[in-house]
Amino acid sequence: MSTTVKRVYGYLAEFESASALYKAAEKVRDAGFRKWDCYTPYPVHGLDAAMGVKRSILPYFVFFGGMTGLATSFFLAYVTQVGIYPTVVQGKPANIFTVPAFFPIMFELTVLFSGFTALFGLMGLCQLPRWNHPLFASRQFHRTTDDGFFIAIEARDPKFSAEGTKGFLGEIGGANIELVEDDGN
Amino acid sequence: MADAATKTKSETPQPREVKLPVLEREKLVLNKRSYHWITERVCGVVENKQPRIWWALFIPTFLMALIGVGGGLTYLVSTGVGVWGNSNRVMWGWPIVNFVFWIGIGHAGTLISAILFLTRQNWRTSINRAAEAMTIFAVICAGIFPAFHVGRVWMAWYLAPIPNANAIWQNFKSPLLWDVFAVSTYFSISLVFWFLGMVPDLATIRDRCKAGVKKVMYGIFSLGWRGSNRHWSHYEMAYLLLAALSTPLVLSVHSVVSFDFATTIVPGWHTTIFPPYFVAGAIFGGFAMVLTIMVPARFFYGLEDLITMKHIDNMAKIILLTGSIVGYAYIMELFVAFYSGAAYEMAAFKYRMTGPYWWAYVCMISFNVLSPQLFWFKWCRENLWVVMGVSMCVNAGMWFERFVIIVTTLTRGFLPADWKYYNASWVDILTFMGTIGLFTSLFLLFLRFLPCVNIAEVKWVKEESDVHFDDKQEHPDDGTSAESAYQHELEKGTAEV
Repeated sequence: MSTTVKRVYGYLAEFESASALYKAAEKVRDAGFRKWDCYTPYPVHGLDAAMGVKRSILPYFVFFGGMTGLATSFFLAYVTQVGIYPTVVQGKPANIFTVPAFFPIMFELTVLFSGFTALFGLMGLCQLPRWNHPLFASRQFHRTTDDGFFIAIEARDPKFSAEGTKGFLGEIGGANIELVEDDGN
Repeated sequence: MADAATKTKSETPQPREVKLPVLEREKLVLNKRSYHWITERVCGVVENKQPRIWWALFIPTFLMALIGVGGGLTYLVSTGVGVWGNSNRVMWGWPIVNFVFWIGIGHAGTLISAILFLTRQNWRTSINRAAEAMTIFAVICAGIFPAFHVGRVWMAWYLAPIPNANAIWQNFKSPLLWDVFAVSTYFSISLVFWFLGMVPDLATIRDRCKAGVKKVMYGIFSLGWRGSNRHWSHYEMAYLLLAALSTPLVLSVHSVVSFDFATTIVPGWHTTIFPPYFVAGAIFGGFAMVLTIMVPARFFYGLEDLITMKHIDNMAKIILLTGSIVGYAYIMELFVAFYSGAAYEMAAFKYRMTGPYWWAYVCMISFNVLSPQLFWFKWCRENLWVVMGVSMCVNAGMWFERFVIIVTTLTRGFLPADWKYYNASWVDILTFMGTIGLFTSLFLLFLRFLPCVNIAEVKWVKEESDVHFDDKQEHPDDGTSAESAYQHELEKGTAEV
């Protein structure tokens, strides 16, 4: 194998509570960092603003997903019922006036397409699934899904510096500050 | 004396300190359990050895599923649908009764996860996971019946709008096809919602596993979730959107099921009250099933601090409310039949109540309308035996409701020569028992392998999960702390606006 020169992923620091994390996040944001993130066991409300994260753009995806579903079901029903295979049952019409009878299916497919767009849109926006991540190598990071509150500042942030960032994380109340390496997987 | 008199007059009364009682909400997590305790307790259900009762329930229910669903359906397919009790007049016997019964059960799960989410009912957090699981399993049980009821099950794919060699297309005007779309959409979206809600909790289990097959499996399904706030931001949006989509969806599903009946011209079915009446009944029956499975699960796995008496109390109240709505619908049905002056309509209802199926009607009324009335009393809502008893009654009652609607109507058509008494065959009974076994064993497997309480959301409802918790501790002030902490922050200039 090749000689492995490990790159630095960034610094990881632990905070004792959601409140402490919230206050620290505001300071990291105000210090002008860009490539950083908070890691929490549950969605901490208010943290988005403290981090300066914008509102998710997922609804736009879902809207277009839903519209695709609506159009699909409309054409599916209309083309087959009115165009290529009109089924006349109980003397009901097979023309434009049949459309109200398609509403239930149009609704269902709108919901179906929107729901799957929400799932896959979320996975796309989060770049998940991603089963490997440098942070998983950290000895304390597993606590983030239990009771740990972390901030990680990445090395690719222009403001990152080996000593300065470490000191900064300590200043804003971080404990157990750890250098996380990226072994290039 | 004089002194005392002047004193009483001259002294201005001290203003008594008035303290308004602060009505505190009951805590949703009792005994100030820590985050780690919640993780330990919920993951413990998956990680520890199962209690004996788990095996005592799993083995018989699994066998029931195997013999009932596996055996019963094999016999049915290899022989023909004639082995069911269905006949030319009663084409929708037990299979459709069971279908409507199971699909209704599922509705409480979506109600808890979607509607209570939109209305910000935080007590939903500890029961939503299990209720959603119940939805999925109930819809699986429901789906079996119409699929085999088509007669030649290998032709069931004709239900799907796929181009075929005969160039025949489905009738999109038919409620039966609407049903195909409604139920399959409902199943898919419920599954997505359930899975999405579970991703962070699967990650919790993954992080606790030692390396091995288990870790790999939980790892794969948790998608590499790492609790990043940038992810949570999108995640919460996705969750909100799915809740907003599921809410009309769940209302539509049972409405569409009721259209199967209401769009016919059969007396007793042809009523506009059916959609709301079916939806209320579905939620009613679903909540009863949630209680039936959660009360024992909570006891055997020691989840009393997470699923508290407050939760049970709330669910009992919902059962009382929806049970009363269902009772109102029963009465209104009778009134409308009377008020319509239509001879056939009146005859249908008279037959329902006093005909040979009077016993089913009595069961329906006493289980669905009368038994939930016990929940007016606090003592009954607090006594778990009463809660379980009423839930069992409601489960049975909702089955009888569907039986009454379907069977009493179909056994008396417009042609008296057709009238007959319908009996289910042993294959009907076996298959239905099989679905009960399937439902229970799937739920037990769920308890065994997946986090049965939403760990992340339960952590979120704890007091200290609020980002302003520290400020509140520093500035306590009689219950209005949230506002004052915010005010305090505004003064400091650190509040998010």
